Amino acid sequence: MYEIVEKYEEVPNVHRLVVREPNIAAKAQPGQFAILMADEQSERVPISIVDTKDDTFTMFILELGISSAKIVNMKEGDTLEAVTGPLGMPADLGKYGRVVLGGGCYGIGAIYPLARALKELGNEVVTIIEARSDYLLYFQEELKAVSDEFFVATSDGTEGTNGHVQDVLVKLIRDGERFDHAKFIGCTYMMMNCSHITSPYRIPTKVALNTIMLDGTGMCGCCRVSVEGETKFACVDGPEFDGHHVDWDELMKRKSSYLMEEMLAYQTAPHTCKALEKAYSGDSK
Amino acid sequence: MVDYDVKYLKFKTYLNTYCPHCRNSFNRKEKEMDKLKFIGVYKGEDFELTISAYLDVFEAQASIPLKEGMILEDCKCPHCKQSLVTSEKKCGECGSAVGEVIISAFSKLIPFFTCLKYGCEWHGLTKADERRIKLKIPRQEMPEQDQVLRIHNFNEVPYGLTTELALLEAGRCLQCKQPKCVEGCPVNIDIPEFIRLIAEEKIEDAVMKVKETNLFPAICGRVCPQENQCEELCILGKRDYPVAIGHLERFIADYERRMDFRKLPRIEAKNNKRIAVVGSGPAGLTVAADLIQLGYSITIYEALHEPGGVLVYGIPEFRLPKSIVHYEIEFLKSLGCRIETNHVIGYIYSIAELLENYDAVFLGVGAGLPRFMNITGENLCNVFSANEYLTRMNLMKAYKFPEYDTPMPEGNDIVVIGGGNVAMDCARNAKRTGAINVTVVYRRSRKELPARNEEIRHAEEEGIHFKLLTNPVRFVGDDRNWLKGIECVLMELGEPDDSGRRRPIPIENSNITIPCDIAIVAIGNRPNPILFNTTPNLQGNKWGCIEVNQETMETSIEYVYAGGDIVTGAATVISAMGQGRIAANAMHKKLSRPASKTKPKQKPEKAVATTPKPKPKAKSTSTRKKI
Repeated sequence: MYEIVEKYEEVPNVHRLVVREPNIAAKAQPGQFAILMADEQSERVPISIVDTKDDTFTMFILELGISSAKIVNMKEGDTLEAVTGPLGMPADLGKYGRVVLGGGCYGIGAIYPLARALKELGNEVVTIIEARSDYLLYFQEELKAVSDEFFVATSDGTEGTNGHVQDVLVKLIRDGERFDHAKFIGCTYMMMNCSHITSPYRIPTKVALNTIMLDGTGMCGCCRVSVEGETKFACVDGPEFDGHHVDWDELMKRKSSYLMEEMLAYQTAPHTCKALEKAYSGDSK
Repeated sequence: MVDYDVKYLKFKTYLNTYCPHCRNSFNRKEKEMDKLKFIGVYKGEDFELTISAYLDVFEAQASIPLKEGMILEDCKCPHCKQSLVTSEKKCGECGSAVGEVIISAFSKLIPFFTCLKYGCEWHGLTKADERRIKLKIPRQEMPEQDQVLRIHNFNEVPYGLTTELALLEAGRCLQCKQPKCVEGCPVNIDIPEFIRLIAEEKIEDAVMKVKETNLFPAICGRVCPQENQCEELCILGKRDYPVAIGHLERFIADYERRMDFRKLPRIEAKNNKRIAVVGSGPAGLTVAADLIQLGYSITIYEALHEPGGVLVYGIPEFRLPKSIVHYEIEFLKSLGCRIETNHVIGYIYSIAELLENYDAVFLGVGAGLPRFMNITGENLCNVFSANEYLTRMNLMKAYKFPEYDTPMPEGNDIVVIGGGNVAMDCARNAKRTGAINVTVVYRRSRKELPARNEEIRHAEEEGIHFKLLTNPVRFVGDDRNWLKGIECVLMELGEPDDSGRRRPIPIENSNITIPCDIAIVAIGNRPNPILFNTTPNLQGNKWGCIEVNQETMETSIEYVYAGGDIVTGAATVISAMGQGRIAANAMHKKLSRPASKTKPKQKPEKAVATTPKPKPKAKSTSTRKKI
């Protein structure tokens, strides 16, 4: 089954999850994702694959809704109900020259395989990560190791630039830096802002969209996005799209479709969620 | 003692039975049930009898245990107390004494004799008489869940035939010498034969008969469009109503499951050949079941977390209870079939990799890519593809939200676009979520609705509105990107097109807006492109389906077969099963050739199949470094 080999809270609310699944570990390419289910009742949650080692692969999970809460409340040695992957098209990688990468929230982890692959292809990699405060930054050492230049932005100014990825990006570009390619992973708002900045400079920009997904195999069309006026499925055509042509407005509104249900599920969860019950009973002992 | 269904009694009054002496009716009406007890005598012991039409007249409701070969010595009319045993005739088969009653059929009274030996089925009717009596029996309707109650639950709507109803219905079959129904069946089930076995109450044998050609009668009996297949060609249908073949098929399968007399089929010795089946839908399951009986080792790969394909994610619980699909899959597992869920072939293994580990591969991945209309506003919130809506509801069990975490789309006014079975499923599902108005919008007229008649009838009974000859042109949303209405144009029917149906033509300036909270687009599916994207040498056609040799279902890659919706485009469960069977036979034929011939042929073939693959792979490893 799908055994959790390693699980710990990297920084508040960001959990590192290492799952044993030899096939996915052998096949995963940068930019692909896996779909996890904690138990029979939970949703199918798409999570970016960050790293693979032997027969295990690593992911970073933010606890946001009920299904991610169930996953992060599992312990080492527990087994997940389902792990499907690797899904989606691998990211476009090539020798571009100077590449800027931006990551926020789960994207700090998700940008790592891209940075490493781009670096190995001989690109000059500039990485920018963001968080609300310095204690929420994680994975910095690993990212530094695969980046030529490394910048940090925090919303409260406790570390690095006071602001967001786009603020650092604007500064770099105004300072005369030239980039041949850009990739952003993180919250939709950050990806949108960054794409808007690179657009006038004609920097080819790729963003990894995190739409709502159901099956992740192109079957439902839940994850559809408009790119250049054409409907695309993020799960099979993406998740990487041209950031300059994505209909951001529509995307963000579609992403908020289930906010009410999300709250409701979270509130009613302790009575039904076995994973949580198990976690609580474990603590009391 | 069997509880008699009201409809069964209706038939009883239809085919009247009388005493030959006093001409009093033997027909049991509900209130007279107690009065009409016949007394039978068997070697000094009394027991009660009931009269049934012609199947076997003196059917004993055993108050004593009855054994095969027991002969009734006497049987008296409850009215005049005279014996019904006659000395005029002897049984045509065993020579025992016979009983006589009068039956009224085709507006004539005819004497009717039957053997008094228990187990002997002889009766003294001529074939012509029998045929004419059979024509008098009306088609037996299946008892169903009440239409007011059922829109509040997800339980199955038809309850299935009772044994009594099934025996009656089976008795209607004329046992044609050249049965047309068999031709109408995509897998050519021997329909008259299995119906005869039901009529003879050999239900176990009937199940085995059906399973010779169709391994999943419980599923097909529920989801096949019989009125366009076997029942369409039934001779009785020309007169009034055809034999309810689908109901009977479902009955025997349910009977088998209820009584749990399922026998393990004979499985041939393992032949050390391995088959990979991609997709666990109807086609894949058929191939697996067929080949495992021939001694092959089967591994089924399923992309989702539950096996069953469209039977699990698509067809709703109230039409096909998931317990039936699980029962069939558990049975396959018990035969030794391996099922690997969460394996998306193309991503996790390529076809070439499968061919390295398996002797042959069957692709039954179905048509899983939803079709949209490409009109404005299609990406508004609360516009769903039928696939998404049904997957949420069935596979993820959203109707149990928040017990299950996947949210259920809820609204008061729900519009379903399309007129097929999937559209009916969506509409009926939507009604069960508590929607007040559910409307089906379809661009042609009622006559052209492609859904099964039963589904349309059920939908209408459940209060679903049909807005026919209407076609959506635009989805209207509010400023927060939520759907609030659908602008439609009215249509009229013009000249017939290639498919023989009259082409709908929009009427100018007839636009109307239907206000709604949720729209579900159910206008069909296309095949999923994952396999084509990851298998460059797999040949497709212009519809995005896999090109196959129609006789063997073999694709452009040798030892790779395909069947089901991936070949035909969205079609029926039974046609997928039919193609699965053809493929299974062809695979067996090809793989069971003498080893000396296949072995050397297979090796270079594998190399041919794999060589084009490593090329793009080699490229990708240089550009896409594995993480």
